[in-house]
Amino acid sequence: MPDTVLNIQNISKSFGALKASDGVSLDLREGEIHALIGPNGAGKSTLISQIAGKLKPDTGKIDLLGYDVTKLSIAERAKLGLGRTFQISELAMDYTVLENVMLGALGKRGGAFRFFMPVMKDAELRECAQSAIERVGLSHQMHKVTSELSHGQRRQLEVAVALTLEPKVFLMDEPMAGMGAEGSKMLTSFLDNLRQQAPILLVEHDMDAVFALADRISVLVYGKVIATGNVDFIRNHDEVRRAYLGEEAA
Amino acid sequence: MISERFLNYTVALLILGMALGAWVMDEPFLITLTTKAVILALAGVGLNLALGQGGLISLGHAAFFGLGGYAMGVLASHAQNFTPIMETPFLIEGTNSMPIIWLVAIVVSSFFAFVIGLFSLRTSGVYFIMVTLAFGQMLYYFSISWPAYGGEDGLSIYVRNSFPGLNTLDPIQFFGICFVVLMVVIYGVNRLTHSSFGLALNGARQNAQRIRTVGLNPFKIQLIAFTISGAITGLAGALFADLNRFISPTMFSWQTSGEIMVFIILGGVARLYGPVVGAALFILLEHWLGGLSEFWHIYLGVILLSVVLFARGGLIGALSKKENADA
Repeated sequence: MPDTVLNIQNISKSFGALKASDGVSLDLREGEIHALIGPNGAGKSTLISQIAGKLKPDTGKIDLLGYDVTKLSIAERAKLGLGRTFQISELAMDYTVLENVMLGALGKRGGAFRFFMPVMKDAELRECAQSAIERVGLSHQMHKVTSELSHGQRRQLEVAVALTLEPKVFLMDEPMAGMGAEGSKMLTSFLDNLRQQAPILLVEHDMDAVFALADRISVLVYGKVIATGNVDFIRNHDEVRRAYLGEEAA
Repeated sequence: MISERFLNYTVALLILGMALGAWVMDEPFLITLTTKAVILALAGVGLNLALGQGGLISLGHAAFFGLGGYAMGVLASHAQNFTPIMETPFLIEGTNSMPIIWLVAIVVSSFFAFVIGLFSLRTSGVYFIMVTLAFGQMLYYFSISWPAYGGEDGLSIYVRNSFPGLNTLDPIQFFGICFVVLMVVIYGVNRLTHSSFGLALNGARQNAQRIRTVGLNPFKIQLIAFTISGAITGLAGALFADLNRFISPTMFSWQTSGEIMVFIILGGVARLYGPVVGAALFILLEHWLGGLSEFWHIYLGVILLSVVLFARGGLIGALSKKENADA
């Protein structure tokens, strides 16, 4: 197992004249939480989309667990061990919490091509799904329809689906967004433990959470990484303070 | 409110009772009418798999209905004229055995569904509707311009094809065959709905991105669903041709696609018995309103509008509680 699980090398992506990613290099190491921060429009979403496989970079290379995944699809990257949660929940809204997580369990098993046996009675899949639901604390909502969940609960559900895949890398896009103080506190401590299982590349606006959790932070401004370092380094980095943290952190 | 399962059983028994009642009262026309509803319901069950569960709004399912019909027509016409379909490189003869005709209808229509799906599933929304429609129209015009099997005039088959041990020309026996086929297919579709595949297929309709993110391929899942869907509608086409002992390009027309879709909307999209209720209602209206006025489609239009506006789950949705699949 290489120490660096995710290695983004000098990727660029332009939309017309706009350089959304401008020679971005970033790596994620075993056991760490690497936070990616940056002001709105800095290109965080574009970068995440390229790592997940929704967009292909114009130039540059992405290695996941030692494999070059630059040209692979979303599903192929997921199979390799990339677990993703979304900024705006991507869930099957008419499904219950359990059904959504069962989809993850199906993905983990490697295919949905069983046409006859009732899936909800599959003990192996169900156990896998239920344990993930318990870990994120949604056990009481298990049979609730997803569209009736609060925003925070949907975030927890996204994490639960990602957990069933037993990913080797987590890619989390603003998991705290829309959560109350209580919820984000809970999720913070949950993520704190989760890094033992697999490292997390975390995009987050909640600075308290970022400073509490991150081993390293990268700051993205206008498609460029202007600094990477530990919490103290970033807090005291002049350019970062000017570009992003503003007076609030001064 | 009653449970959906109870309603489904009731509908199945009503159809069976209708045919048996007509048989006892010696009303062969009524049996044939019921048989027609059963066959059209089967075509709808096929489309409902793609449209209801897969969210794939196909306006080209007449292609499969027609292919099934022409599979029957081609095989049976060669059998009745005692001419082989082809002699080189190997001999293929016609047949009037229903099981063989069904098999051919299923193989041909699923092959076409696979190919059409391969192209159309690269698009979505209104483009998907248009691509499926275009394929349907291609086959429609092909059938019109193909003189070997009647071209525009269609083709009559004089004797209904045979089924081992049964007299298929006896209306109640032919009804029995169609009814059993419908029940078997509905059973299979129900199993499929609740299987791993069904979970992924319905998931892909709701959010394809979610399916990709767990490492599954929505394209593959939808392609298989579309193929199975086409096969079922093709089988219905073969039965329909046998019911009328006649095939014509009308089976391929886009109006046929539209009618199959109307069954589903009337009965309830994605409901197991939606197409069954829809097709039965359609045949009832066609028969009764059609007897009152040539313009009965106007009344059908009003009913369709009110279902779409006021009862999204169709008749099944209006009459029964929503079932929770995850129990």
